[in-house]
Amino acid sequence: MGDKKKWFQLDLGLNKKQPNAGTCGCGKTSGGCGSHAAEPPKTGHAISSAEFDAAVEQELTQETMVGQTRKDGFQQVFDVKMDRRSAFRKLTASLLVGAGAVHTSCSVTAGEETKEKAQLDWEEQFKGNYKLMTEEEKQATVDRLVRSYQLRKKENIKMTATDASKDVLFGYAFNISKCQGYMDCVSACVKENNQDRNSEMQYIRIHEMKDGEGFKFNEADDNYYHEVPAEGHFYMGTQCFHCDNPPCVEVCPVEATWREEDGLVVIDYDWCIGCRYCMAACPYDGRRFNWSKPEVPEEEVNKNQHYLGNRLRKKGVMEKCTFCVQRSRSGKDPACVEACPTGARIFGNLLDPDSTIRWVLENKQVFRLKEDLGTEPKFWYFMD
Amino acid sequence: METVRAFRSMVKDSLGYITHGSKTYHIWMIFLTVIMLIGMYCYSIQLDEGLSVTGMNDRVSWGLYISNFTFLVGVAAAAVMLVMPTYVLKDIDFKQAVLIGEGLAVAALVMCLAFVVADMGGPSVLWHMIPGIGVFNFPNSMLAWDVIVLNGYLFINITIPLYILFRHYQGKEAKSKIYVPGSILSVLWAVGIHLVTAFLYEGLQARPFWNNALLGPRFLASAFAAGPALIILVLAAIRKFSEFKIENKTISKIAMIVTVAAQINLIMLVSELFKEFYAPTHHSESAYYLFFGLEGKTALLPWIWTAIPLNILATVLLTFHKLRNNFKVLYFCCFILFVAIWIEKGFGLIVPGFIPGPYGKIAEYTPTWIEIWVTLGIWAMGAFVFTMLAKTSIGIELGKLRYKKKKVLESETA
Ligand code: SF4
Ligand code: SF4
Repeated sequence: MGDKKKWFQLDLGLNKKQPNAGTCGCGKTSGGCGSHAAEPPKTGHAISSAEFDAAVEQELTQETMVGQTRKDGFQQVFDVKMDRRSAFRKLTASLLVGAGAVHTSCSVTAGEETKEKAQLDWEEQFKGNYKLMTEEEKQATVDRLVRSYQLRKKENIKMTATDASKDVLFGYAFNISKCQGYMDCVSACVKENNQDRNSEMQYIRIHEMKDGEGFKFNEADDNYYHEVPAEGHFYMGTQCFHCDNPPCVEVCPVEATWREEDGLVVIDYDWCIGCRYCMAACPYDGRRFNWSKPEVPEEEVNKNQHYLGNRLRKKGVMEKCTFCVQRSRSGKDPACVEACPTGARIFGNLLDPDSTIRWVLENKQVFRLKEDLGTEPKFWYFMD
Repeated sequence: METVRAFRSMVKDSLGYITHGSKTYHIWMIFLTVIMLIGMYCYSIQLDEGLSVTGMNDRVSWGLYISNFTFLVGVAAAAVMLVMPTYVLKDIDFKQAVLIGEGLAVAALVMCLAFVVADMGGPSVLWHMIPGIGVFNFPNSMLAWDVIVLNGYLFINITIPLYILFRHYQGKEAKSKIYVPGSILSVLWAVGIHLVTAFLYEGLQARPFWNNALLGPRFLASAFAAGPALIILVLAAIRKFSEFKIENKTISKIAMIVTVAAQINLIMLVSELFKEFYAPTHHSESAYYLFFGLEGKTALLPWIWTAIPLNILATVLLTFHKLRNNFKVLYFCCFILFVAIWIEKGFGLIVPGFIPGPYGKIAEYTPTWIEIWVTLGIWAMGAFVFTMLAKTSIGIELGKLRYKKKKVLESETA
């Protein structure tokens, strides 16, 4: 029954006790189980509305101590999995730093460095698609990029290639009643993700809409420069929604963009040929293109990078929101969630029955944009 | 061994043949070269600075290049309209026209590929698309399909005329057992390149203006009008500038094809307009923008309101036998039809797909001079390629280029 659907449907197993079940629990063949919000709260979910607000409150106050020992449900999974990898990575990084130090101390001729640079560039130019690389190859390209940056800028960066963890599916919810249009998320995102400062690229757009007129995106202003919250307006943010059935991924001729196991839709910037077909295919204005060489002032570069996330891009490639893969895969919230002063942004693991995001999906009236297109975005809107 | 030697001699002969010609010919080639050089210079600027030197941006992410690409796929496919009757139905009339038609297809395909490359953000990593060493998202991505069918079509359209010309060059008859199956394949293939290119746009649920089942058939109809229209103009020019005989009957027959295709195209246009404007929905906004402008943004109005009257005028004129059989009127009709369809299937199709954007934002697009010059450069390259191909095949067909007869010929001219 459930598995004979004509179109793709996101299945979070919300109707079953067991998360991540293979078939849809509601047993209907047509869109029935999409309306999670209409279902009564399940037993076993004992968070009340007050507790939810308290949780949001707590998240806001915790902002200052982020990075300390706050453990989310899925972070524990990471910690176990991360150990060996990070140890390996640390080792190589220190080796590289050591090598760099040796280089400078022995005053090796510049010629050798140029040669190494050329060698690195050569290997980078002809490497394969990240999606199809083995663990070792992934690590090798990361190391090359780190080394190359070191050679060029005489600075060290930290780059990871953390893979998706099992039993994690990232999702996002946006509280329309809370957002005041401060755009702190936008600037935090630009900083975190090393976006081009020249063209003022922004992944997030905040649409300012008039009260009482409903969601009229075409009349909304997504580029305002006045004091907020403006009288008689409400705000709605859009970005890449990390569709579970992403049309952008289908159309890419070289598989430079794909959906990861944990639901993130990512791009291999080095494999992208810049045809912009994905941009035409995205119904949510989620993608951004580097029309010229992206520039970030050296002192503003976020050096904590992920291969699929905020590492520095080059001209002529596609990029977009990755739910801050460099943060989310190490158990942190994306920068926008952390930066939002009103608590309008909720992020978490959809497969964890105790996560805040699941509570929102099950207890609030949620909706998504353009649901009729069958893209199944993992980005929900709700109101208090 | 003999074949290889003959082939080498053919290449050498044709090279010699295309570097010699009348004064008009030389002026024409120099003119094209200059435009190509300007285009290349502009492309080098684009390579250096990135695509920001074009008018494209995050809101309208495809422009002049992809518009021309789309249109030229149609021109390339149109060669089939001539191939079919000649080879398959044994209609002798078309024989000479076919070689010209296939040469045109090759030139158009070369231009198509050039436009795609010009549009890429990273031309240096284009090898990612080569099956085998790259990763090819087949069968999911329509662009991957398009790369395959376009290159396949290019291959077919090079081999068939090459075979025929090579046989004629050696003074032998081309064996129909060999080229007829190839021609039938190319007929099917031409429909394929068209549909696949239409599907490229048709398959995007994000863009209601393109996500329309009539797009594919309309592509075919408009291509079978614009392509043969161009062939008629080219044949007219060849008649004028070379001794190559092209009979009136041939041109009249092609004109018939143009007429029917233009009529069908017009019917489909009416059907589309009816759907968009009788019961307009949110999805009709792109069409509104195209025809009437939205919120005071009217950049495409002059274009589309040039195209529509030209299209109607040409179709009406062509419909009357008397007018169509007057070659002056015919050439005029073909020219305006070609222009009209270039606008309609290029600019008028690609740009409105992005306007309004996914959230209703209206950002207009105007090509920059760099973009325009690169485009002109690629067109000049197409014309250059075509002139060379046409000159060689005419030379062989007229018997001026013959294997082992070179000395005789030389003594003749001396
Ligand atoms: S929002 Fe757009 S870019 Fe993001 S996954 Fe969906 S289709 Fe792709
Ligand atoms: S722009 Fe890059 S990611 Fe997008 S479809 Fe083209 S190659 Fe794929």
